[in-house]
Amino acid sequence: MHSNPGLRRLLTHRSARWALATIAVLVVAAIVGPWLISYGGAEQLDIVRLKNTPPSWSHWFGTDQYSRDVLSRVLSGARISLAVASLSVLFAITIGTTYGLVAGYVGGAIDGAMMRVLDGALSIPRVLLLLAVLGLWHPVPLSGLILLLGGTGWFALSRLVRAETMTARRLEYIGAAEALGASGRRILFRHLLPNVAGPIIVSATLSVGNVIALEAGLSYLGIGAQPPTPSWGSIFLDGVDFYAGNWWVVLFPGLAIVATVLAFNVLGDALRDALDPRQLHSHRVPSGPSATSTSVNELLKNG
Amino acid sequence: MAETNAPLLRVHDLRTYFYTDGGVARAVDGVSFEIAAGETVGLVGESGCGKSVTALSLLRLIRPPGRIEPGSEIEFDGKNLVTIDEAAMRAVRGARISMVFQEPMSALNPVFTVGDQIAEVVRVHHAGSKREAWDRAVAMLDTVGIPAPAQRAHEYPHQLSGGMRQRIVIAMALVMNPALVIADEPTTALDVTIQAQILELLRSLQTKFGTSILLITHDLGVVAESVSRVIVMYGGEVVEEAAVAELFARAHHPYTEGLLHAMPQVGQERERLATIPGTVPPPTAWPAGCRFHDRCPYAWERCVAEHPPLYQIGAGHVSRCHLADEPERRAQKHEPLVVAAGSSS
Amino acid sequence: MRRTLAARLLQSVVVVFIVTTITFFVVRLAPGDPFSYDSTAITPAVRAHWRAQFGYDQPLGVQYVKYLASVAHGQFGYSFERHEPVVAALRETLPNTLLLAGLALGASFLLGVVVGVVQATHRGRWFDRVSSGLLLTLYSLPDFWGALMMLLLFSYWWRLLPAGGAVDPVMHDYLPAGRALLDRISHLVLPATSLTLLTTAAVARYQRSAMLDALPADYVRTARAKGVPERGVVWCHALRTALTPMVVLLGLLLPALLGGTVFVEKVFSWPGIGYLAVSAINARDYDVVTATVVVGSVLVVIGNLLADLLHAAIDPRLRA
Repeated sequence: MHSNPGLRRLLTHRSARWALATIAVLVVAAIVGPWLISYGGAEQLDIVRLKNTPPSWSHWFGTDQYSRDVLSRVLSGARISLAVASLSVLFAITIGTTYGLVAGYVGGAIDGAMMRVLDGALSIPRVLLLLAVLGLWHPVPLSGLILLLGGTGWFALSRLVRAETMTARRLEYIGAAEALGASGRRILFRHLLPNVAGPIIVSATLSVGNVIALEAGLSYLGIGAQPPTPSWGSIFLDGVDFYAGNWWVVLFPGLAIVATVLAFNVLGDALRDALDPRQLHSHRVPSGPSATSTSVNELLKNG
Repeated sequence: MAETNAPLLRVHDLRTYFYTDGGVARAVDGVSFEIAAGETVGLVGESGCGKSVTALSLLRLIRPPGRIEPGSEIEFDGKNLVTIDEAAMRAVRGARISMVFQEPMSALNPVFTVGDQIAEVVRVHHAGSKREAWDRAVAMLDTVGIPAPAQRAHEYPHQLSGGMRQRIVIAMALVMNPALVIADEPTTALDVTIQAQILELLRSLQTKFGTSILLITHDLGVVAESVSRVIVMYGGEVVEEAAVAELFARAHHPYTEGLLHAMPQVGQERERLATIPGTVPPPTAWPAGCRFHDRCPYAWERCVAEHPPLYQIGAGHVSRCHLADEPERRAQKHEPLVVAAGSSS
Repeated sequence: MRRTLAARLLQSVVVVFIVTTITFFVVRLAPGDPFSYDSTAITPAVRAHWRAQFGYDQPLGVQYVKYLASVAHGQFGYSFERHEPVVAALRETLPNTLLLAGLALGASFLLGVVVGVVQATHRGRWFDRVSSGLLLTLYSLPDFWGALMMLLLFSYWWRLLPAGGAVDPVMHDYLPAGRALLDRISHLVLPATSLTLLTTAAVARYQRSAMLDALPADYVRTARAKGVPERGVVWCHALRTALTPMVVLLGLLLPALLGGTVFVEKVFSWPGIGYLAVSAINARDYDVVTATVVVGSVLVVIGNLLADLLHAAIDPRLRA
């Protein structure tokens, strides 16, 4: 299949290997971590002596104002944040791909109307919309949060899918249909999927990082994951009143988020380079600073 | 080859190598030739032979990972263009030696007017104020045969046809009255009818301004009409050089023979176009002996082992082929090695 | 050209209409209403009276039409938290957001373009690698966290800059004009810088990519062949064509920029529409919530229109 040479190319990228490793570590830590640490994420320890302690050997990330071990909270939060992000992105891909396929395949006035609605949706700043919905429907259960995050994140992807669908459809009309008989619709999918799978995977990877950061932000505002569910954002919520003194409550969870999002961004960049080496689309999304070796022929193309 | 006066341009042992991950590509590997004032010389060869790289080297437009090897000499205006500093080279580019590129659409910047782009050459060489440069640009447009030049100067490249764009490119090249114009496949991207016009334009401008022209092409038909002398390149080297009539009548090198043979002729009765079997070897791995030997219908053991020098064939006619030394071998024609090996790819 | 402009304007109006509709229904369909909060002093009769007075007892369709009518008249409803018409609240806060976001947008584009160009011309060398890594890391910071860290660093640990607000709450009115301006600027620095940092990364990456596309172009080689100095080749010929995709990026960035503004305004208590929105959420101030979302979207639509105009101005191929 197409992705194998792509995967191989991906793994030659040093940064991609690092990113994959980080994500792997994270996932493992999220699954296994809370069992290894002797303190639970929600457990309140000695509420007098262990309140607001800075990082130490027994508490690597310190404790917060409720005497909870910050490291444990970060680890438990990892589970929630990763799960929420992955599920919502999955949801977004499903909606986006479907919407794009339908719009691109059907065309005409329906496509026009669908695109107008999409324009409208794209014009609404995602944060404001989420703010409105999550704030007014407060408190929103985790499932609702996932649906909303997914439901607001598929617009750009559907545009991409639509463009590819329309290209493939044109191919069908031009000659493929005649040459290959009545399997027009099958051609559509067999030509479409390889072309579209790459950008979808890249988009998904980048989105996961994006959603993790977004979810953290929403939790910080109090409208994301609700207590006692610890997500990375809500850790801040608890520390926010005292952060001047409790810098470790802000720093360490933040670093965890940054590292995770960075890993997904690097991975996404590397995937983009690996899966789509000769980008012919005019509306390119930026590629990262990866070094691509120039071919001799390219250099000498003028003979 | 040398005129009684000093030649305008003298290239000696030009080597331009590209240092890539795949190896060192010796795109131009020891090329020497001269161009006299007012002369039109044709540089012929197929893709990959190094002719465009030669042209770019003359203007020192080679970017890393390519470089012109030390020891190369490009004598012009009493200087060696390979060693002068960048500021001096910039003064040469566009003003003393200029270039006409192959694709007129992509050679012009789409966001600037054509007038601006021509005037820019004048301004960059400090040869006039903004107003003066503009006037010169309009005058140049007229010279190259653009109707209503004053209005056209305000237009953008995408508003003009292919033939007109190429005229613009020529105007840019000639506005500073250079001594040498390098035309790199100036007609390849154009329709046949426009091709003739452009070639005619170049000829008339040459007569008018006394410019020398180095015409680079793969099309021998173009060469036949426009130049006085032909240099044939293959494998990064000069393989034959002769006056145009001499070349067409008595081509010596098997590669040139092949090119002539491959030219479709009106009135010819043939079902398939003749081609030279095989392809150019990669510039990272030139063969040790003659670089054409695997595609040559006359090659023998000496050709595989010994790299041929440029033999003198006649007055002003050289050929890099051992047949000059052993002409009786010409009778022993055979299948070229690539065909015998079973692949004609 | 004028025809396309008119078409785009019409398109934009349609988009705003769609946005308003979506927002209205999203907000009004939420459980409860502005009068749902618990208080022993409020009897059901009082609640019913209020509902009737403000039209919350009518069917949703009727409410929608009435809302559209009032929006057409420039009325966005009433803010129960601030005890003033929403329009007044917007008038107080919108300029602050425009100032902050506008400044950040301008600064990030300036910085991003320069960095992107330098990265592209020095591709693979240390500046490119280091700055790319740095920018990617900045890009990966959650909006609110970046702002929080800036606050921590520059307001708490090193007491260089004020911790929040647009002006000094106590002293500002008593300061002479020069000091008052300085006061405003000092309050602007941290929020603007936070917001700029977040956006610069995206701009630089995009510009780098656009330049890498433009630099090998044939017309760049032509410019060199004409004798144009390298400086002119890069910053004049190559950049000019590489700016076109940047204008497209501008349109795409706006929603994200406004999103970031919400967080930055919250962290720094900057009195803009983001701050307004956040406090309105907690107080269930429905009309304010609707209005902020609509206004935010309108800003995006206007921004896109301006970007399109800019695009045509930059690229003559679009003007025909």
